[in-house]
Amino acid sequence: MKGTDFVKLIDTTRCTACRGCQVACKQWNEMPGLRTRNRGSYQNPPDLEWNTWTLVRFQEHENGDGVLQWLFRKDGCMHCTDAGCVKVCPSGALFYTEFGTVGIDRTKCIGCKECLFACPFEVPKYDRATDKVFKCDLCYTRLREGLLPACVKSCPTGALTFGAVDTMLKTAYARVEDLKQDGHPDANVYGDKFVGGTHVLYVLGEKPEIYDSLPQKPAVPLTVIAWKDFLKPLSLLAAGGVILGSFLHYIIHGPKSPDENGDRDAT
Amino acid sequence: MTNHYIDLKNSDCILIMGSNAAEHHPIAFKWILRAKEQNGATLIHVDPRFTRTSARCDFHVPLRSGTDIAFLGGMIRYIIENEKYFRDYVVHYTNASFIVSPDFHFKDGLFSGYDAEKRKYNKDTWVFEKDSRGIPKRDMTLNHPRCVFQLLKDHYSRYTLDKVSSITGVTKENLLRVYKAYSATGVPDKAGTECYALGWTHHTTGSQNIRTMSIIQLLLGNMGICGGGVNALRGEPNVQGSTDHAILYNILPGYLKMPAASLDTLEKYLGKNTPKSNDPQSANYYQNYPNFFVSFLKALFDDKGTAENGFGYSWLPKLDDGAAYSLMHLFDKMYDGKVKGLFVVGTDPAVSSPNANKVRKALENLEWMVCENIFDNETHCFWKGPGVDPGKIKTEVFLLPASASMEKEGSQSNSGRWVQWKYKAAEAPGDAAAVGELTIRIMAAIKELYAREGGAYPDPVLNLKWDYIDKNGKYDALKVAKQINGHFLRDTTIGDKTFKRDQMVPSFGMLQSDGSTSGGNWLMSGSFTADGFNNMEKRGKDDPTGLGLFPNWSFCWPVNRRIIYNRASCDLNGKPFNPKRKLLEWTGEKWVGDVPDGPWPPQADKEKGKYPFIMKPDGLGAIFGPGMAEGPFPEHYEPLESPLTVNPMSGQRINPAIEFFNGEMDKVASADEKFPYVCTSYSCTEHWCSGALTRWQAWLLEMQPELYVEIGEKLAIEKGIRNGQRVKVSSARGEVSCIAMVTKRFKPFQVEGKTVHQVGLPFNYGWLFPKDGGDSTNLLTPTIGDANTFCPEYKAFMVNVTRI
Amino acid sequence: MEITRRGFLTLSGAVASGLTLSPLGINLKPARAYAADLNKANRIKAAKQVTTICCYCSVGCGLVCSVDKITGKIFNIEGDADHPISEGSLCAKGAGFFDLTEANRHRLRKVLYRAPMSDKWEEREMDWAIDRIARLVKTERDKSFITTNAKGQTVNRVETIGHLGSSNVDSEECWLMVAKARALGMVYIDHQARV
Repeated sequence: MKGTDFVKLIDTTRCTACRGCQVACKQWNEMPGLRTRNRGSYQNPPDLEWNTWTLVRFQEHENGDGVLQWLFRKDGCMHCTDAGCVKVCPSGALFYTEFGTVGIDRTKCIGCKECLFACPFEVPKYDRATDKVFKCDLCYTRLREGLLPACVKSCPTGALTFGAVDTMLKTAYARVEDLKQDGHPDANVYGDKFVGGTHVLYVLGEKPEIYDSLPQKPAVPLTVIAWKDFLKPLSLLAAGGVILGSFLHYIIHGPKSPDENGDRDAT
Repeated sequence: MTNHYIDLKNSDCILIMGSNAAEHHPIAFKWILRAKEQNGATLIHVDPRFTRTSARCDFHVPLRSGTDIAFLGGMIRYIIENEKYFRDYVVHYTNASFIVSPDFHFKDGLFSGYDAEKRKYNKDTWVFEKDSRGIPKRDMTLNHPRCVFQLLKDHYSRYTLDKVSSITGVTKENLLRVYKAYSATGVPDKAGTECYALGWTHHTTGSQNIRTMSIIQLLLGNMGICGGGVNALRGEPNVQGSTDHAILYNILPGYLKMPAASLDTLEKYLGKNTPKSNDPQSANYYQNYPNFFVSFLKALFDDKGTAENGFGYSWLPKLDDGAAYSLMHLFDKMYDGKVKGLFVVGTDPAVSSPNANKVRKALENLEWMVCENIFDNETHCFWKGPGVDPGKIKTEVFLLPASASMEKEGSQSNSGRWVQWKYKAAEAPGDAAAVGELTIRIMAAIKELYAREGGAYPDPVLNLKWDYIDKNGKYDALKVAKQINGHFLRDTTIGDKTFKRDQMVPSFGMLQSDGSTSGGNWLMSGSFTADGFNNMEKRGKDDPTGLGLFPNWSFCWPVNRRIIYNRASCDLNGKPFNPKRKLLEWTGEKWVGDVPDGPWPPQADKEKGKYPFIMKPDGLGAIFGPGMAEGPFPEHYEPLESPLTVNPMSGQRINPAIEFFNGEMDKVASADEKFPYVCTSYSCTEHWCSGALTRWQAWLLEMQPELYVEIGEKLAIEKGIRNGQRVKVSSARGEVSCIAMVTKRFKPFQVEGKTVHQVGLPFNYGWLFPKDGGDSTNLLTPTIGDANTFCPEYKAFMVNVTRI
Repeated sequence: MEITRRGFLTLSGAVASGLTLSPLGINLKPARAYAADLNKANRIKAAKQVTTICCYCSVGCGLVCSVDKITGKIFNIEGDADHPISEGSLCAKGAGFFDLTEANRHRLRKVLYRAPMSDKWEEREMDWAIDRIARLVKTERDKSFITTNAKGQTVNRVETIGHLGSSNVDSEECWLMVAKARALGMVYIDHQARV
């Protein structure tokens, strides 16, 4: 991460799971709400979806002393410095912004889904109807106007904050120290020690392995590194990128067939 | 709220009980967490279920639904026995020292004066002894055996740790943990606050739940101070305003009493409702009642109301003495076929009323129903509900499309009494119009019919002032707001100030009872300046005290006072108890800080000084509260339906003053093996009330798509229920099908030596939309309510849960 | 109150420390603009900003509606960063406030009428409905008006018409409804404050 980069800090120990962020994201980005079912959890949709770029995960956890905790973790794109998705994207749809975050220009997306497999956090999601990939771009258009990301602005409790990388790292580590004093011996900062450092940092109250769907040692898959080293440079030769990207997809994976249309009925 | 939302940050200990603040008032939680981070405040959640609130509190203490008074009664005992109370405050600012009549007594769950047949008390013995001047006698040592303090001590001596633990299902360790942490605020420089909501009001003992806490707050000196108070986190955007303006059978705007049939003249009415005090140090502010009431009549009837005709007093309807006309009474009468027409404005009683099967059946007896709303709902469509044959229902139904909040100008009052003006951002779609517009048009059309044709007692209809439209003939919210504030009807001189006719009344102290002022709601006098500036529009961000009062942001009733009873934050000489949080201070000449509860000097000035609780006739906080239906001290009674056959505290199983509804659909099953589990109902962050607005919103519905029942893991194992499985929840009155959410967040209670399971369901769903989202939880709830307010008991009833 | 004069940054909930992004030397050249998305930010800058108060719980959070000056339609609603209670933040319901506007296809737009024994709604004109309602109210009131109760006391009331709601309308509307109901002699008056 560069000194000029920006970071969103998610302090899970301050989150009340009000899900203002989950809706604020949809409001700003004009993503629909889809019909879901209750599967025995507050967490809904069950996972990140093409229309749900940020999701609060709910997890009941009893610690060693039998004390019940309800862990809330806002999930979404981690905005890696060494982003697997950017490495594999043949069309240039995924890119690093001037803030250090990972943007996505859907007009360039060819729906090849390479990024789905390259992401160690399983963040990008594919929509069959539009044949495009969707994910959080940390409100790139808002950042450009000096506005906070929609999720950060909506957060009532200070669980989400946003600022320059150095400040956020200091804040995160100071908070962890406070938490350790306050009966959370396992509190830690998650995100700065892998994939070149992520532009989304967590303050976690428990060890990372306690949390659902949170990789302990996220890394870009080896296949992706090969892709980057061998094939991706070819795609950069093409000005438009799209045509060649499609061609490269063809030679690697064979013909790409449109998937079935999913349930898109917004209520 | 006695205080306000931002003030929560000033607290040292926040007890959240009867509320799920993080889920239902998420932005309030911003200030609750700030108290923790800035003051190191202890956050405590006492609730049957571990919720999103519990997750962020220092500790969660589960208690069985409906046992709050037992829990808090134990705290009163703890505070007195361990001398944790704030003695100076208790002696000087409460009625603890008052001597109670020797005829007052309490035996086996009943206070003196009980009439079992009427299920009501004669309160003649619930009085204080008075001296020759007619002032209550006091013992400032608090030792007199009949002083309030000693009676209180005696009453709650029965609430031992063992007893309370056995009733509530809370372990003794947890009880002590809460009692210790909270009672530590009974010192001058600490503040403890309580946040409650429907979790306290939705009980047959709802009012007394809140009163028990008020007693605790008075004992600890937590009333009238920054970071203190008893704070109702109210559940709807303008429920404070709609209560202030009295869309309720028993009051008129500004909490004025609805006239009773026995009070047939204005003189009798005012005589009965204007309190008197012979104590020169009691401000007894309600002695101004006639000014407020006559000005209200003038706002209704303007120049048609004169001194000669009692300002139109006879045109107001009168209630039978002692009778109630609440929502439950209305549907009971409607079920019997005695109600023909109904207005349903922005509400969905077919989902939100107790015993919804009965309510839905009752609606079938209507001849007509007029509905106003922004979305359709189950009430509007009752004639095509589940199991209903439209071909047999004669009701004519009108559904008028209404403007949404941001499509009209007007004010909303938040729980902290901040009355904020809001602006119209866009036109409403299609033919939709503001409820104000619809109300004006309907009433204007009725007035026109009466003017043309005459009819039954046309006087009030014809004499009602009804000119609240602008030059385009549209609803004019500003005009109504000004009428509510009040204005001078003729040139008037008050003290050294002269007001011209038509100037606004700048404060309710200026309202008159001679017909020279008009004011639709005295509490709102001062929402405009005399020259007509709308104080509700103020958006100043200055915070001179640093306590978050924001005196120049909007208007706050009364008279922009941000914390009620604030004189109690100072000692007898007007010096702040807590110099770190100076809410108010007497300089020797005047008060500085918040707007004080009256300009008088502090109490130590025996000539001009006044007691701090100026709205009470005696001027002091009421530890002994004779106004309550079921007794001056709160007592534990079991809910109408409970797992126990007897009340461990007394021979009175249930609240002796509640009114029963005995219709054929009002079935009750208490301590019945067919319905073995305690059930409670609640909302969730993602929906609002009956869900009648939020179920139509895809973003919200996506997160909470359908009805669920939360069940503890142990009970689920016993019943063979898996997480996510469809189950049936049934009570003596009805059943719902829903998804089982098996959770660690409900744990069984040990009550009177046996294991009691509790389950809970949200009340946000209905059959109309989404089609497969489940129906109303109120199909399960009983028609029974609080003895004082008739708030239904939604929070404690008995059910069974079975696999489908 | 329009907040146009106070500028676009009023909406920003300015980054906690008060910093803005561009002064840090970040290159804001639109190297990779997405036409459609940037359009929204630009539209907000060009829009009329109107403040309102949330209509769910009673905290009274502030919101800013961005209104297209040409169409008069609201196209974005987010928290009011100037509001001392909410400071720009919103919960799930508040953040979804936009879905209460006419953009929600479920909003009622026409008067709906259900005739006796009918199994469906029919669209009607507002004027017709108002006249019909006034007539029904008058007929019922005239028929059932009670002058004295069983004890012979004067009561001047109507027991056969009820009025329910609402805590979700403005105070001025509440007051008008109460004035109307009491002038007609209604006594069965209640709303969400009790339930």
